[in-house]
Amino acid sequence: MRHILGISAYYHDSAAALLSDGKIIAAAQEERFSRKKNDERFPHHAVAFCLKQSFLTESDLDAVVFYDKPIIKFTRLLESYLAVAPSGWLTFPRILPSWLGEKLNLPNTLRYEIPRLPDHRPILFTEHHQAHAASAFFPSPFEEAAVLTVDGVGEWATTTIGEGRGNELDILEELKFPHSLGLLYSAFTAYCGFRINSGEYKMMGLAPYGEPRFVKAIYDHLVDVKDDGSLQLNLEYFDFLRGLRMTNSKFNTLFGGPPRQPETRVEQRHMDVARSIQTVTEEIMLRLARHAREVTGKKNLCMAGGVALNCVANGRILREKIFEHIWIQPAAGDAGGALGAALAVWHMHKNHPQPRTTMQPDAMQGGFLGPEFSDDEIETVLKSHQAVYRKLDRESLLDEVATLLANERIVGWVQGRMEFGPRALGHRSILGDPRSPHMQSALNLKVKFRESFRPFAPAVLRERAAEFFELDEESPYMLLVAPIHPSQRLETSPTATGLERLKQLRSRLPAITHVDDSARVQTVTAEQNPLFYAIIKRFEAKTGCPVLMNTSFNVRGEPVVCSPDDAYRCFVNTEIDFLAIGNFLLERTRQPHLGVKPSFHPVPD
Amino acid sequence: MWQLFKEFFMFLRQEKKWWLAPLVIILLLLAAVIVFTGGSVLAPLMYPFL
Repeated sequence: MRHILGISAYYHDSAAALLSDGKIIAAAQEERFSRKKNDERFPHHAVAFCLKQSFLTESDLDAVVFYDKPIIKFTRLLESYLAVAPSGWLTFPRILPSWLGEKLNLPNTLRYEIPRLPDHRPILFTEHHQAHAASAFFPSPFEEAAVLTVDGVGEWATTTIGEGRGNELDILEELKFPHSLGLLYSAFTAYCGFRINSGEYKMMGLAPYGEPRFVKAIYDHLVDVKDDGSLQLNLEYFDFLRGLRMTNSKFNTLFGGPPRQPETRVEQRHMDVARSIQTVTEEIMLRLARHAREVTGKKNLCMAGGVALNCVANGRILREKIFEHIWIQPAAGDAGGALGAALAVWHMHKNHPQPRTTMQPDAMQGGFLGPEFSDDEIETVLKSHQAVYRKLDRESLLDEVATLLANERIVGWVQGRMEFGPRALGHRSILGDPRSPHMQSALNLKVKFRESFRPFAPAVLRERAAEFFELDEESPYMLLVAPIHPSQRLETSPTATGLERLKQLRSRLPAITHVDDSARVQTVTAEQNPLFYAIIKRFEAKTGCPVLMNTSFNVRGEPVVCSPDDAYRCFVNTEIDFLAIGNFLLERTRQPHLGVKPSFHPVPD
Repeated sequence: MWQLFKEFFMFLRQEKKWWLAPLVIILLLLAAVIVFTGGSVLAPLMYPFL
């Protein structure tokens, strides 16, 4: 079994990943191609890209693996509906056609979608959390490790603790639906008026503006948490079993009012709710991590599942030193399930060919597993838009971009292979000067068109990270939040509350300092991310600052840009000052006013 | 479709969830009708619920 295609689809964030002889050749989310955020449809474009990148066709595939088991999931749905019958009568008929039509008989559906897959090549299934666990452990740099997966729900499991060793991965304990930390967090996300499966980042960003005054109410009424991190939800306060809403009127009463309507003003109460559930989530994650250490006795931890994208909680697990080292799958959400499913089959199938060898710093190749575009391809696109551009050699490009950044200009940076996972890591990024006090609000309001409270992340040279952040560990995937180093902090008035705190100058790097003096750090090395390292290094040479502000190249409701065409369309429709794409440099104000439309279908978030 | 019936049968036996069998059989028959008729026969019955 040489070439294995992993698929995640039909729920949210569909994706494809391809392994050849155990090496990760390609992986991408469908949304990047279809331009529909969190696209759940079968990942035709992503599959086509993976095959093209591998120089393979469908008929060359030795196996296709899907990231969960539909029969188990379907019976969970049936049992859940029966448990609350007749309450689910409104939603059951709605979900039934898609299950009976495509999701249940998935082998048939997948053969229909991949028509040239030979009949004798198997379609395999992993369990949802097995795929998450495999995506966390097998690419990690550890020979053996504890594995913690936490998300909303797979088939039945919502949280698992496992142990990985060589080619083996055993799930030792699991928590089952409906008792779920991911669903608990999502319930609060919906209550605060954000979209489930994408608004969780906003909750995390909003939390530091609030006070944790609802923590006691959450523990007293909503969730019973045991010492080992397992939990039991009080279902009297939730409606998700019935399928219409996440929460009910009893929940609303507990938190002082009805759910916030999307796009309405964020009140102090919402900030306090966000802070409270974030605090509870961190405490539960800490207990789970401690229990994982006790159960496995391992000194390293691997994590995946949607809750593993909660980088504030991850940072706390790191600082508590429960484990010596932590590695988190950069595509920790369901998209990463495609990769995990393929890895699980490669390593754990009875015919697996060879022992696993670990790679340093890991086997993810920096997370740069998506498509890239040559200068010829880029120039063709630029010409089609009648764009005004200059082609530079690499050194001149680095020098000019570093100068622009030092002059507080905002630069779109599109280089090399696209990232796999939700974070832009310097290949599909918007860059800015973190020292600028205006950058955060300018970027939120004029470029990304998103809420003013949302923070931006720093990308820092690995060797100088400790000067700016209290972080000992590598954080190449921007999945750890760390405090700003005290030497960089500035005195602020303690009387400011809520969004007033946004206007305070809190550190020497105000654009990337959140209101609790923390930052979601990306450490950058020359080995893993050479060109991005070079631009930060050049910025450092000009300014003495080895940090750049790095945010994903997209606007609100848009998937991160993938192709040169996506990048150009996004660039001319925002106030990004310059675009550096391949070896080309473009200035926005010099572009022709041709009314270029954005390339995406906006999804409310 | 027959393969799906077989897999469900094995699953129910393994998990000892025979009480789900009547519901599963009815739903799988519905699925078979959808698959073999392209949904056209069931559509008028489904519309009131959608």
